[in-house]
Amino acid sequence: MKLRGKVWKFGADIDTDRIIPARYLNTSDPKELATHCMEDEDPSFASKVRPGDVIVADKNFGCGSSREHAPIALKAAGVACVIARSFARIFYRNAFNMGLPILESAEAVDTAENGDVIEADMDTGEIRNVTKGLGFKARPVPPFMQELVKAGGLLESIKKRGAVV
Amino acid sequence: MRSMTITEKILAKHCGKKEVAPGELINAKVDIALGNDITAPIAIREFRRIGATKVFNKKKVVLVPDHFTPNKDIKSAEQCKILRDFAIEQKLTHYYEGGEVGVEHALLPEKGIVVPGDVVIGADSHTCTYGALGAFSTGVGSTDLAAAMITGELWFKVPQSMKFVFKGRLNKWVSGKDMILRVIGDIGVDGALYRAMEFAGSAIKKLSMDSRMSMCNMAIEAGAKSGIIEPDDVTMAYAAKRAERPFKFYASDDDAVYAGVSEYDCSILEPQVACPHLPENTKNVGEVKNVSIDQVVIGSCTNGRLEDLEVAARILKGKKVHRYVRLIVIPATPLIYAEAMKRGWFDIFLKAGAVISPPTCGPCLGGHMGILAAGERALATTNRNFVGRMGDPRSEVYLANPAVAAATAVKGKIAHPDEVV
Repeated sequence: MKLRGKVWKFGADIDTDRIIPARYLNTSDPKELATHCMEDEDPSFASKVRPGDVIVADKNFGCGSSREHAPIALKAAGVACVIARSFARIFYRNAFNMGLPILESAEAVDTAENGDVIEADMDTGEIRNVTKGLGFKARPVPPFMQELVKAGGLLESIKKRGAVV
Repeated sequence: MRSMTITEKILAKHCGKKEVAPGELINAKVDIALGNDITAPIAIREFRRIGATKVFNKKKVVLVPDHFTPNKDIKSAEQCKILRDFAIEQKLTHYYEGGEVGVEHALLPEKGIVVPGDVVIGADSHTCTYGALGAFSTGVGSTDLAAAMITGELWFKVPQSMKFVFKGRLNKWVSGKDMILRVIGDIGVDGALYRAMEFAGSAIKKLSMDSRMSMCNMAIEAGAKSGIIEPDDVTMAYAAKRAERPFKFYASDDDAVYAGVSEYDCSILEPQVACPHLPENTKNVGEVKNVSIDQVVIGSCTNGRLEDLEVAARILKGKKVHRYVRLIVIPATPLIYAEAMKRGWFDIFLKAGAVISPPTCGPCLGGHMGILAAGERALATTNRNFVGRMGDPRSEVYLANPAVAAATAVKGKIAHPDEVV
């Protein structure tokens, strides 16, 4: 899967309360969650983000709560991929489980600026900052996680094993 | 056989292997799978979408609507009703609402639903609390919860362990909360990313179960997968009268391998305060005195237990909360609530001018029962002080132990308990 989009750059330790504030968690409707995505970090984000845009963030993206509403809100807002220096553990699991593409690359994060156009190949982990003419290789996704993605997510993989009763 | 940590031993046992090593991917049996009113609706939706009709074990899937309850609005009520309908349909043993519900991570240990040696997953990041009992427990998302509800299993990467050894005697007014805040201040909010934090040493052996739970509860605030304490006499005294299932004590081998070992001298530890907007912004209380405070919250899965209310009552006895401070006390479970009332602490809180809330996560996550306006500042015994955590994004939250919280409520500004007592 190849992606191409405009960069939204964020700093370190973007917690899930900033991705989707808890005051909106009285719903799990993706469309409604998307309208409040990143609200406390950048109130204009939800109205300005375009389908296919890419979030580029520093270390520990998605720290804090386990809410799957965070990757759900990002995906429903149109974010095609998140590239970060590192991800918090539960966010990392959630993104794979519900199908939000994510990649880790310190170099891509260091060189990206707001508005840059970035291409990412989810199969090879190759990232290209088209605006700057730079190419990077993301940290490889563990084969087990790749299998999960190929199966269509955790629940589909369980279903294929015949474990759903 | 290789030497293993307590975490590795519990995980090995639950995936049917003699040994496991950090980095290994395993499918482990889950003893308890937990969801709340925020995370379970998505898990239940996914459960149905994939065509599942029955949970793997009705005694092992636990639903606790504690975040926006008592239902704060129509939408929350609808979320809670999804849990309620599912619990009735699946005949779940452990579903709690109304006057039976408590803050999940205080309720489950208290009722003996989680026991030493368990593997517990919960769609709530503070599920790591149960490490205090010597269980492996970790927070996951809603899809993971759905998978565990269906199969009774979940995949894990065996984490590396980091050991934190605490020696020396704790000073007056210092508790488990200060120990964990100090660690997070030292290693940062991703200092234990993907790892298990193991708390050990002579000071841990002397620590109460309530304080142990405060410590393990906040392992996630250092990015950890889990926090754990080797079970001992304190654990036995706690679990023996509560456990609803047989339990097992595991211990780390003396020569187990750790990603790092650090030592702390408790005798020089002062009450800690984590300043906005990350739990790692930790300072000695003396360094942040005189910061004026609008609201104080004593409660949550971190510090809403009996020991926490006791120290607050001790400080507030015969005192008045500052005229321009709102003090909200939230006993974490119905049992704690009843016990606090029986011991006369409600009289102390009410005479001091506090409001006593029913058990709920409420204000901790900016849900309800104490939301901050723009520019307002709270000191809370909760676990997170992120931007907008307790209300308006322009408000601020300071984190501290219940003794500092009670003293601060009296003074109207961040205070050391010695200034009040």
